[in-house]
Amino acid sequence: MHNLTIKQMSEKLHAGEITSVELTQHYLDRIDQFDAELNAYVTVTPELAISMAEEADQRFAAGSAELLTGIPVAHKDIFCTDGVKTSCSSKMLDNFIAPYDAHVVTQLKRVGMPILGKTNMDEFAMGSSSESSYYGPTKNPWDHKAVPGGSSGGAAAVVAAGLAPMATGTDTGGSIRQPASFCGITGIKPTYGSVSRFGIIAYASSFDQAGPMTRSAEDSAWMLNAMAGFDERDSTSLEREKIDYTAELDQSLKGLKVGVPAEYFGEGLDADVEKIVRDAIAEVEKLGAEIVEVHLPNKDLAVPSYYVLAPAEASTNLSRFDGVRFGYRCDQPKDLEDLYKRSRSEGFGEEVKRRIMVGAYALSAGYYDAFYLKAQKLRRMVRDDFTNAFESCDVIMGPVAPTPAFNIGEKSGDQISMYLSDLYTIPVNLAGLPGLSVPAGFAQDRPVGLHIVGPYFSEAKLLNIGHQFQQVTDWHKQVPAQYQ
Amino acid sequence: MSLGKTEVEYISRLTQIEVREENVDGVAAKLSNILDLFTQMEAADTQGVEPMAHPLDAVQRLRADVVTEVDQHKKLQAIAPSAAEEHYLVPQVIE
Amino acid sequence: MSWEVVIGLEIHAQLTTKSKIFSGASTEYGAAPNSQACPIDAGMPGMLPVLNHAVIAKSITLGLALDAEIGMRSVFDRKNYFYPDSPKGYQTTQFEFPIVGQGELEIDLEDGSKKVIGVTRAHLEEDAGKSVHGLVHGQTGIDLNRSGTALLEIVSDPDMSSAKEAVAYAKKMHELVQYLGICDGNMQEGSFRVDSNVSVRRPGEPLGTRAELKNINSFRFIEKAINIEIERQIELIESGGTVVQETRLYDSEKDITRSMRTKEEANDYRYFPCPDLLPVIITEEDVEAVRVVMPELPDAKRKHFVAKFGLSDYDAVVLTGSRAMAEFFEKVVALTEGKDAKLCANWMTSGFSGALNRDSLTVENSPVSAEMLAGMITRIIDNTISGKIAKQVFDAMWKGEGLADEIIESKGLKQITDTGAIEALVDEVLANNPSQVEAYKGGQEKMLGYFVGQIMKASGGQANPGQVNQMLKAKLS
Repeated sequence: MHNLTIKQMSEKLHAGEITSVELTQHYLDRIDQFDAELNAYVTVTPELAISMAEEADQRFAAGSAELLTGIPVAHKDIFCTDGVKTSCSSKMLDNFIAPYDAHVVTQLKRVGMPILGKTNMDEFAMGSSSESSYYGPTKNPWDHKAVPGGSSGGAAAVVAAGLAPMATGTDTGGSIRQPASFCGITGIKPTYGSVSRFGIIAYASSFDQAGPMTRSAEDSAWMLNAMAGFDERDSTSLEREKIDYTAELDQSLKGLKVGVPAEYFGEGLDADVEKIVRDAIAEVEKLGAEIVEVHLPNKDLAVPSYYVLAPAEASTNLSRFDGVRFGYRCDQPKDLEDLYKRSRSEGFGEEVKRRIMVGAYALSAGYYDAFYLKAQKLRRMVRDDFTNAFESCDVIMGPVAPTPAFNIGEKSGDQISMYLSDLYTIPVNLAGLPGLSVPAGFAQDRPVGLHIVGPYFSEAKLLNIGHQFQQVTDWHKQVPAQYQ
Repeated sequence: MSLGKTEVEYISRLTQIEVREENVDGVAAKLSNILDLFTQMEAADTQGVEPMAHPLDAVQRLRADVVTEVDQHKKLQAIAPSAAEEHYLVPQVIE
Repeated sequence: MSWEVVIGLEIHAQLTTKSKIFSGASTEYGAAPNSQACPIDAGMPGMLPVLNHAVIAKSITLGLALDAEIGMRSVFDRKNYFYPDSPKGYQTTQFEFPIVGQGELEIDLEDGSKKVIGVTRAHLEEDAGKSVHGLVHGQTGIDLNRSGTALLEIVSDPDMSSAKEAVAYAKKMHELVQYLGICDGNMQEGSFRVDSNVSVRRPGEPLGTRAELKNINSFRFIEKAINIEIERQIELIESGGTVVQETRLYDSEKDITRSMRTKEEANDYRYFPCPDLLPVIITEEDVEAVRVVMPELPDAKRKHFVAKFGLSDYDAVVLTGSRAMAEFFEKVVALTEGKDAKLCANWMTSGFSGALNRDSLTVENSPVSAEMLAGMITRIIDNTISGKIAKQVFDAMWKGEGLADEIIESKGLKQITDTGAIEALVDEVLANNPSQVEAYKGGQEKMLGYFVGQIMKASGGQANPGQVNQMLKAKLS
């Protein structure tokens, strides 16, 4: 049942072959069976899930069900969920029962998608391996020694292991696409402003963007339809006409111009990963696409620029965690400063503290111009690189990450090499463009994704390419042996 | 670029994050590593480039001046670490 | 050697909006603690700001009134600092690109001269919450109701050289923002807060180090505090000390200023553009839309009153003291068809204003409306009542006894204009005062006043004084 596509599940639900309660219970049973080992969920909400499934079943009876009605979902623990612990995988919010829903949660509730629980992640979405979680690392379903990627590692793992048919994720510097690549699933980061950030605990506001994490491009298209759309509560939400992201799925790729940036195949890229990505691009060429060489000359400036700007924004976004109105408060504070300092020092993990400190430093007197402003200028240069590239191609293809999933503990002591592993995904966030990761093969028995990046608002095209690719390949249908 | 004790203490004060005496050197080293990454930006020629604060050239949308929120202090204070008589409480602040 | 005083003011004017600057929570004053602090105002995780439409037009209004540059593209920044009444750990404000740029305001000095004070800028920002002490022993309570209320911070150039000038500027700005309808000006409720930056220097020398005087909620205390601070700084420097840049509080009981913080903390606010908000763009059309509905400004109105109605400068100043007063006056003049604007002005500045002051009322809650006052003045103009009788009518209206006509009728206050009746009174008085008649005829013309007084008294004040005069002269000639 858990290896069906969303559309197949929906058909069975609509035909009455299964009920939402049965489907939901099936996933809850699998969570019971597997998650103790996988550690992909921070919180499982069986009662909520079943009661929502019952409501969904009533909608089938009443004839008001939609395509996604009754299909359960897992939310990354960064989406505030009314009445449910929303921890951001931090001790700081270990006791935080959100008093409201994020817009995305509201949207999916409205469609009638039962909530299975909240998935594990890097603390406050700061990381690329999900190892910085207060609740311990999530394992990669393909290999329990490996990380699932991050920060949406729990989300990728539950989809790959069949502990949820689909999951929400957020992507600030690659946090949907890299775990999707590491876990062999499909994930898309939409154009900045497509999905409301309301109720998503902010890491870096001008980068954060939520998106779907699913088994296939088609599933992602259906889910993005439910997630995206204008929300007046987010000033950066775009007021545009509602898009049907499934509309272009079946289009032919004949005449599609695929740009391949030489800079994405340079030093540091694992040879096996390179081969997989090049083979995948060749497969797309066979579908009628034309391959052209493009250049992104400022690619190497993206990582330093991002690691100035994102921590700078984070340093102030995370000032509200002060032990006063919610969240962790230290024991017996002797005065106000003690309350602040101990609550924050004890509540935040090491990587979060590092990013807050380095971000504050980048904004501090005397460094603003050299760091923050300079990084903003580089951000424009990186964006302009893409604008120029898209003059000669429709989409850009390359690797998602330089390697397949690395081992748990392998990079956790060396934050710089962890930062650098996001070199292909970060430029896309700097520019605010949409990016898709689809499974394209295995290197060292671990999944590898193909990265497809398009101009603003080209999600439907990206999903079309992903879907067509998935018509001629079956990497996305592979399931880790023990999670069959 | 390397940070010393003074800088770490300064950042600690700005961010209200405590750095224990015995950890200052370690924190300084880690932060210095990241700052080394920053200094890679120096070489780039950014003359004439406008800083980019946001990925899209969108402008601020405005909401109508109407009251849409209701009193939910009970719900909000139920999850507060310390509250009494409708107020959030902190250790006494002397002004 | 003499000292030169340099003062600049930062005024926080709370904008009269129904909801907060970035949330839909109410701004009503005096609500139960935290009942108007929604998740956005309380800085809860995941909450985002969306800008209130109303603050834009109000800012443009002030900009136009100060003849200032309007920031056609303004940007919200975060000012970072930790304090329990600042729930997000930063204040959303405008740093580099304010909504109102350089402008000016002309103030009137005591000697009758005028001085132009530069206004550096005015920027939008959110207010903080309030700390409440003594609620629970050893704890400070935080009420976030005020958190997120829209403020316009109006920053002057350091153009004022005495406490009197500073207060004149503050009062003028206070009058202006109320006139424009952008701030209610209530200083007790903190709707209009004045911070004074005070420094002294020897003439010709560069600016001295300034101290900031905060949280003073009356003009009288502002003047006192500035003067005391000037004295303190001069004494300090003359005795070999140096002024430190700091915030000082005025203690009105002891009449001193004292340092607000014991240890001097260097502030590094790390301003940067708030990534949750986008640049605010104002178009020429937006500015024009405000311009066409702008009320006439007090100075313009004053000139207008003098020129059009022939009022004295004094009357014009009193009548433009508030927008409500000026509009009340204009209404009274209009309702009396402009027949005697001067008479209307006299009634407004004396009887009406006097009654308001006596009963501590404002124009808005006066028991006598413009229609009622105009009704009474109409009866003076058409000779139904005399000015003296009008005072009785006014007092009766003030007490709620009805409209002028009703009072005149019920109390029988109608002026005697019947020639026969007046003639009888004149004859009676002349007959009863033969020696005074002789004196008048002998050249003592001031006796005429005596006769008028006697006749008016005999008529109970109701005889028409003009007619009495006329008839007396005829009889005595």
